[in-house]
Parts: sequence; structure tokens; C-alpha cells
Amino acid sequence: MSVDTKWTYDENYVREYSQNRGEPEWLTEQRVTAIRLADELNLPKPEKTNIKTWNFTEFKHEPGELSAIDSVDELHEDVQKLIDRSTEEQNLIVFRDGKPIYRTGSDHLQEQGVLFLDIETAAREHSDLLKKYFMGSAVDVDEHRLTALHVALLNGGIFIYVPKNVTVESPLQTIYWQDDPEMGLFNHVIIAAEDNSEVTYLENYASFNREQSAAANIISEVYVGQNAKVSYGAVDHFEKGVTTYVNRRGRVERDGYLEWALGQMNEGNTVSDNTTVLQGDGSKADTKAVSIGRGDQSQNFWTDIIHYGKNSVGHILTHGVMKDHASSIFNGVTEIKHGGTKADGQQTERVLMLSERARGDANPILLIDEDDVTAGHAASVGRVDPMQMFYMMSRGISRTEAERLIIHGFLAPVVNELPIQAVKERLTEVIERKVY
Amino acid sequence: MAGSTLKIQDLHVEIDGSEIIKGLDLEINGGEIHAIMGPNGTGKSTLASAIMGHPRYDITQGSVYLDGKDVLEMEVDERAHAGMFLAMQYPSEISGVTNSDFMRSAINSGREEGDEISLMKFIKKMDSKMDELEIDQSFSQRYLNEGFSGGEKKRNEILQLLMLEPRIAILDEIDSGLDIDALKVVSKGINSIKSPDFGCLIITHYQRLLNYITPDKVHVMMQGRVVKSGGAELAQRLEDEGYDWIKEELGIEDEKVGEQA
Repeated sequence: MSVDTKWTYDENYVREYSQNRGEPEWLTEQRVTAIRLADELNLPKPEKTNIKTWNFTEFKHEPGELSAIDSVDELHEDVQKLIDRSTEEQNLIVFRDGKPIYRTGSDHLQEQGVLFLDIETAAREHSDLLKKYFMGSAVDVDEHRLTALHVALLNGGIFIYVPKNVTVESPLQTIYWQDDPEMGLFNHVIIAAEDNSEVTYLENYASFNREQSAAANIISEVYVGQNAKVSYGAVDHFEKGVTTYVNRRGRVERDGYLEWALGQMNEGNTVSDNTTVLQGDGSKADTKAVSIGRGDQSQNFWTDIIHYGKNSVGHILTHGVMKDHASSIFNGVTEIKHGGTKADGQQTERVLMLSERARGDANPILLIDEDDVTAGHAASVGRVDPMQMFYMMSRGISRTEAERLIIHGFLAPVVNELPIQAVKERLTEVIERKVY
Repeated sequence: MAGSTLKIQDLHVEIDGSEIIKGLDLEINGGEIHAIMGPNGTGKSTLASAIMGHPRYDITQGSVYLDGKDVLEMEVDERAHAGMFLAMQYPSEISGVTNSDFMRSAINSGREEGDEISLMKFIKKMDSKMDELEIDQSFSQRYLNEGFSGGEKKRNEILQLLMLEPRIAILDEIDSGLDIDALKVVSKGINSIKSPDFGCLIITHYQRLLNYITPDKVHVMMQGRVVKSGGAELAQRLEDEGYDWIKEELGIEDEKVGEQA
């Protein structure tokens, strides 16, 4: 009991930290409340994964002196690879240990009234707007210790606001790079898309430290207004030393549409919660997530769509590849609440096992409290199909290459969804490296 | 270069312990088209798959040689590199892998590193073969056989045949499920690669494919063996009279073998 309640960070610390950042009082107070809660609350209890011994609390909270850079060339080589330099209109912010260090953005965004700002600046310059969404209806500070800790120690992130009737043509991209190997990232993402707006967002989490231990605690909140559309792409690739809690939540109003494409390629232990609430009638969510487990990492994925709206449509597709000793639990959850008539909830979880010693559980869960709905699920855990191998090899393709093609094909549903070519290629490379 | 020779001698094949092919001999030379006919369940498809190295089939006796090389010692991909090809009755669907990526990997697998087919050349070849088979251009970007109709799968097998240019091809019921127009197109494709360097074994229930592709030799399979061989006229007689006269002639009551195909 005593070990994990020893705090390096207390009320005074967070108050001072918040004030030094020039944050509005409401945020300082939220942090202070949160640090008290963090003391009282327990860790979440993901099904079938014991996270009690995981490191969520040992890390450095503030980076050393970081200055902005003028050119992409000054970035880590692997960070550079995430940036598509061929296009002219590019909206990009690169964060290093929570601090924005590089940004390019078109003036067009400003003219449209779109906000694409690091959260620190947003707190100072758009306090009221941020307050409206921060830890809003999608996620509560007191869900468990990690949500509380997140608010208390938030040290990076992005605020995206798209006004009514505005379509953002080119994708907004962020790169969150953990450079200091001991740095804890408490990254917060807010996307607020007002009615009839449209935006595509793509984020990359990256670190390159394999040995030292650190934590990442990430919360995303996505608010999709009436008839608005948000496409949210992510590639998570923290190295082995980083323990990750990532919580991506969405809430969709009438006729809105939220699309998730998540490439969950962390090398370290990971707990992921991706929950979408289909609040409005006719709202839609399409969730696609892929992951690879290797080494001795343990991961738990919770993918959930909750239907309140009539005629709401929620689709979940989760594909996982498991090798070595890795262990992953894939929970797919479709919830249809009373009153969500004519809702349609479908989910598929597929796990491809490449090793006898790996563990992969696919758990489809349907919680349906309404009669007039359609819902379905498909789950499978299996090995590479010998008939597929025979077919490919009969055309001259070697066993290794055939397996490679099958795995890439298996993960293609997410790779193909990513809106930026450079990130697609990078994800393909990561997959390549993880599987061979 | 002269054509290849595939020589099958005294072949015995088992599936899960039950013998399906019971001593089969066959020799196919470059420039020849052979047809194996026979009712359902006589071991025709088993023969085709076993020669290519299907993982479920055990070869318990006999030999298969391609130009003097022991085929049964080869991995499946080595058999392809040696010049063999099997157009499958039920091709696998592979999600996420486009037809075009698959085809290019297949072509390059037979080439040395550094000697890969150029993208331009590949696209040109694939486009022209697709035109030949009256396949829509969008086909190349679809996932391999995923959601294809029966007829599309068959055309895709023939497209692969034309792209890979094997020396010996086995076509396993390539005509089943094709309407008459598709049958003509597929036959035209097969005829287009006829050459002294190309040997072909066509497995079929029906004579109608042989109206478009004239076989040099026709073999009838029953009970896991070739029970009768002849020329193109044998196929015609089978079409007119069925198989009963052969059964009578040979005193066979039940032509089927082992488990049902």
C-alpha cells in the first residue's frame, strides 16, 4: 500500500506549476482538486490485466530548457520522417517533452476562425473556450487515479476548435515527441468541432529510449457537433521504457460522424480506453484500431461505442498481431441504451497469433437495453491460415514474404485510413520492425 | 529452349489417412494440352493440389519430376520457381493485399535482387493482360480475391497465369461457375499462351471448355487412377454419352474414391 502512494507532487507543487505557466484560476483550482483526488482514488482495473505494479508515477515532470527550432532538419531523424514535406499547405505542431518547439500553419486557418494551439497558449488566450470543453462531458477527473493525475500534472497538448460551418481542408497534424527519457508526458487533446464543421486530425506519439522508465498519461476529448465530421488518426509508438495510459473519448451529436483510426504500436505496457458516445439521433462512429504486441509487453485495449441516439450507427474493428511472450486483451464493447431505437452496432475483433507463447484474448461484449436494434459481433483468435500461405507460395512467394504480406494486409484497415502519406509510410516501417 | 516435362509416376496421395490417388501415371510435355475428366469425387482436384504441394495432402508413394528435378522435395514456392503453376478451384481471399501488390511480389520472387520488374513495365503488362481478359482496371487495386464473384476469381487465376508465364500449368476446374461469355474470354487467354514451351493440364467435369481449347490428350479419372486415355474425340464421346460406357467397359460400379471432394 505504502509504495504507490508516496508522492513527489503535492498541492503546492501543482499550484505553483500552474501559476508559473500563467494559467487561469479555474485550471489551477482543477489541478489542485485533482491532485487531492489522485491521492484518494484507485488505479483503474482493466479486465484481465493486472497493472498494479506498472509505473504510472515515477517520472520527471518538467523538461529542461527547450527552445523553439526554425527548421525540421533540427529534429530527431525519426521525427522528421513523420513530416510530409512535399505538400505546401501544412498544419503541424511538433512538441518536445510537452513543449511546442516547431510549428507551421496556413494563414487560412486563422481566417476561418479555426484554433490550432498548444494547450498552454490556449489556456492563456482562450480561457473561456477551453474551460467549456476541458474535462467536459466525455471524461471525468474522478474516474480513477490516472484521470486525476492527468489533470493535476497536465504538461502538454493541443486545443483544436472549428467554428460552425467551417471545413478544414488539409489535416491538422501533431507530433508528441518524448525526448528526455525520464520525462512523463501528461498530454491532453481537445477537438471541438461545431455544427456542420469538418476536420481531420492526425497525431503521432514517439520516443526512442528503450531502457529508462517513464510514464505517458494521455487524454483526448473529441466533441462532434450536429452534422459535423471529425476524422481522428493516431500512431502511438512509445519505446519499451514508457508505461502508457491512453484514454481517447468522443461524443457525437445529431447526424455527426466520428472516425477513429488508431495504430497502437507502443513497445511498453499500455492501457488504452477508446470510448465514443453516440449522443444524437443519426450519429455515427467508425472505430478502427490495430496493434502489435511483442517481447514481454502487456497491453489492454478497451474499445467502446455507447448508443443513446436513435438510428445511431457504431462500427468497431480491432486487429491485433501477437508475438513472442506478449499478452494483449482486446475488449470490444457495444452498448445500446434504452431509447436508442433502430441503432446499429457492429464489432469485429481479430487476433493473429505468431507465437505459441503469446496470449491474445478477444472479448466481444454486447450490452443492449433496447429491442428494436441491429447488433452483431465477430471475434477470432487464430494463426496464419495455411491455405492462404499455400496460395501465395504457389505463386513463388516465399514463406517469409507471404507472412509479411498477410500481416500488412491484416493491419491495412488502419494504415490505409491515415490521411498523411508520410505517417502511413512510417507506420508501415514500424510494423515491419515490430514483426521481424 | 525446348519445353519442360512433368512426369508423374505411380502417385499415391492420402488425406487424413484415407487414400485418394491410388497409383497414377501421367506425362505432360511442353506444347501439349492434357485434359483430365471424370465425375465428381474421383480424385481430380486432389491430384492438382498434391502436385503443387497442398499442406493437407500426404504423398505416400510415387514420384513427380519436372525436367528431371524431384518436385516432391521442393517447397511450394520452389515449385513455382521451377516453372509450375496451379490455377485453384477455390483461391484464398487475402484481405489488405491488393491484386497488384500480390502479383508484383510474385513476379519479383522469381527474379534476382536488383533485377526486379520495373513498376512501369509491370503496370503495362498487367493492364494489357487485364484488357485481354476483359477485366476492369479497378481490379488491380482490389484486395486479392476478397469479395470477388466466382467468375472474377477464375479470371484472376488466369490473369496470374498470363502474368507469371509458367512452363507447366495445372488448371483446376477453371470453367466451373463461368457463363458462356466468360468461358470464351478465359479460353482465349489460355490459348494465347500456347507455345512449345508451355504444357498444360486442364481438370474439368465438362466438355464445353474443350470446345474452345483443343486438348492433345484426354484422360478419364475414376477411383483415383487414370482409367482411360485418348485424343480430343474422347472428350466429345463423353459429352455425348456420359461416363457409363466407360464404367461398363471396365467393370466399375462406383467411380468415386475415399472421401467426397
